[in-house]
Amino acid sequence: MFAAVDAPHGADLALLVGCASDFSPTIEETSPSTVVISIDGLTHLFGSPREIADAIVRRAADAGLAVNVAVADNPDLAVHGARGFPGVTVMEPGREAGLPVALLDPSDGTAFTLALWGIRTFGEFAALPEDGVAERLGEEGVRLQRLARGAGSRPLAPSNPAPPFAESMELEHPLTLLEPLAFLLGRLLNDLCARLESRGLAAHELKLCLSLEGAAPHERALRLPYPMRAAGTFLKLLSLDLEMHPPGAPVTAVAISAEAVNPRVVQHGLFIPLAPEPQKLELTLARIAKLVGEGNAGSPELMDTHRPRSFRVVRFGGAENRGQGRLSAILPALRLFRPALRAKVEAPDGRPGRVAADGVHGRVLESAGPWRTSGDWWIKDAWARDEWDVALSDGALYLLYRDRYDGEWFLEGAYD
Amino acid sequence: MKSSALLRADLESALGGRFSAELNWRARPARECVSTGIASLDALTGGLPRGAITEIHGPASSGRTSLMSAMLAAAAAREEICALADAGDTFDPASAQALGVDLSRLLWVRCGGNPEHALKAADMLVQAGGFGLVALDLGDVSPSVARRIPLATWYRLRRAIEDTGTVMLLVEREQTVKSCASLVLEMRRESVVWRGVAGCSRMLRSARFRAASEGTSVPIGLAG
Repeated sequence: MFAAVDAPHGADLALLVGCASDFSPTIEETSPSTVVISIDGLTHLFGSPREIADAIVRRAADAGLAVNVAVADNPDLAVHGARGFPGVTVMEPGREAGLPVALLDPSDGTAFTLALWGIRTFGEFAALPEDGVAERLGEEGVRLQRLARGAGSRPLAPSNPAPPFAESMELEHPLTLLEPLAFLLGRLLNDLCARLESRGLAAHELKLCLSLEGAAPHERALRLPYPMRAAGTFLKLLSLDLEMHPPGAPVTAVAISAEAVNPRVVQHGLFIPLAPEPQKLELTLARIAKLVGEGNAGSPELMDTHRPRSFRVVRFGGAENRGQGRLSAILPALRLFRPALRAKVEAPDGRPGRVAADGVHGRVLESAGPWRTSGDWWIKDAWARDEWDVALSDGALYLLYRDRYDGEWFLEGAYD
Repeated sequence: MKSSALLRADLESALGGRFSAELNWRARPARECVSTGIASLDALTGGLPRGAITEIHGPASSGRTSLMSAMLAAAAAREEICALADAGDTFDPASAQALGVDLSRLLWVRCGGNPEHALKAADMLVQAGGFGLVALDLGDVSPSVARRIPLATWYRLRRAIEDTGTVMLLVEREQTVKSCASLVLEMRRESVVWRGVAGCSRMLRSARFRAASEGTSVPIGLAG
């Protein structure tokens, strides 16, 4: 069931929407003076459809509005009833027959034709043969006739935008410790998550703004890997973030806002491989980032360059299948020295004969090279090197290179 | 010497009033094992036990990292998520990918030479659950430092992982975990394969390693 609320003498739309929102969160703003709401489920609160309509009229009167309310099975019929009948109307079958066809809002051509035919009411228009109407008035005629019969059916088109999901609090006394701040954050996040839940939404990003005493606001943004609405998880993530990036002055006000999106729907299965639970994983990543530093925990990604050992660490997102590893080498894995160890190399005939570096000393038993590589010569950060694979007398295999720009030797890593 | 049944009966009669349950051993189901990614090693060990610690130890260039990469690649092939707590920050993503590791399924924690951070990170990863394989790389930590890690730490890790489906892998120079490891693999290098003429076009072709467990060893081939 739908209820249309029409202000015949015009009204402030915001006021009208305000009245309607007391009865339903889903409001269609049909015109500047008409709104439609769904009244399904309100019978337990207000009683019969007529009593619901009466309650709406009373609420509007309290707000200083004179409105007509009609209740019908579909939104269009309710709108026509509210515009055509004064006061409260429950649109029973056939009740619409007396309404003037002008309420259907026909185009000028159709209105002229209907006037020529002597059709003035919904009932007269509804009684016309459907084929004849389609032949003479086309698609518009068929649509209008269906409305005139009260048979129109469409879903409500709510036009009210979702309210901004934000909470804020001014503090009487500046806060200097994170623990009481976490207590306040918990309260704000609980409210925020309750509002998200009431709308069936989840947060994809959280923004925290702390107003500071005598300093610029401290702003932090928490981008979540997938939409969530768990206040406890948000609180832990924000607390860990604030421990890593503490505000530089006492906090005088707190504001949190969330970017609301539809929640993630995942189909679970019995045979899906083992994977960390996303919320736990996010918390674990935040804790590890706090331990080893941001940027030191993530998924390695190789760079599209010929520069040796170029990679970056990106946010770990489970399994995105960026690039399936494929067995393409039978060389042993490298263990890199970061940074590369500066080495003293005796190379009497141009080939390394003895190597000494921090923690590595030995005579070269076997060697292969040099393998010359260079690149990025067009930028400041150019590289050019001669690489050698050497087996030292200490029993290990190393990757050794000589920088061709300064002639220095470096041990880059050990094959293992 | 008393049999265990008699000993238990004695203990139960002495302490029966203080315990509500009988002193029964907790039946431990047989552990599920998964492939190491290397057929000869699977044949030797039966695979990597889930919910247990596997220790790989050996000197530098003994093939520990290559074996770890093969295990990470095998886990990725099973579509599992893996994690590596890298104490010495020595992991090379390029060579790992060349050995078949799917980097997008790998969470790499770079601990910048701090073994304590690596241990804590590994503990957090195990506690988070859901990882198919968690590797703790202490391969460049000196044995004297590794020996100073309290045995209680390993017991705690073993207990944390016990009821999970995670394979815990530990890479180090010398065996330090003692009885906490369910599988111990000792690595050594057998030979290095060079190709070409020395002094002219020579290149490192490959290396052959050997893994030993409980006195039996098998060759480890990288050539897939």
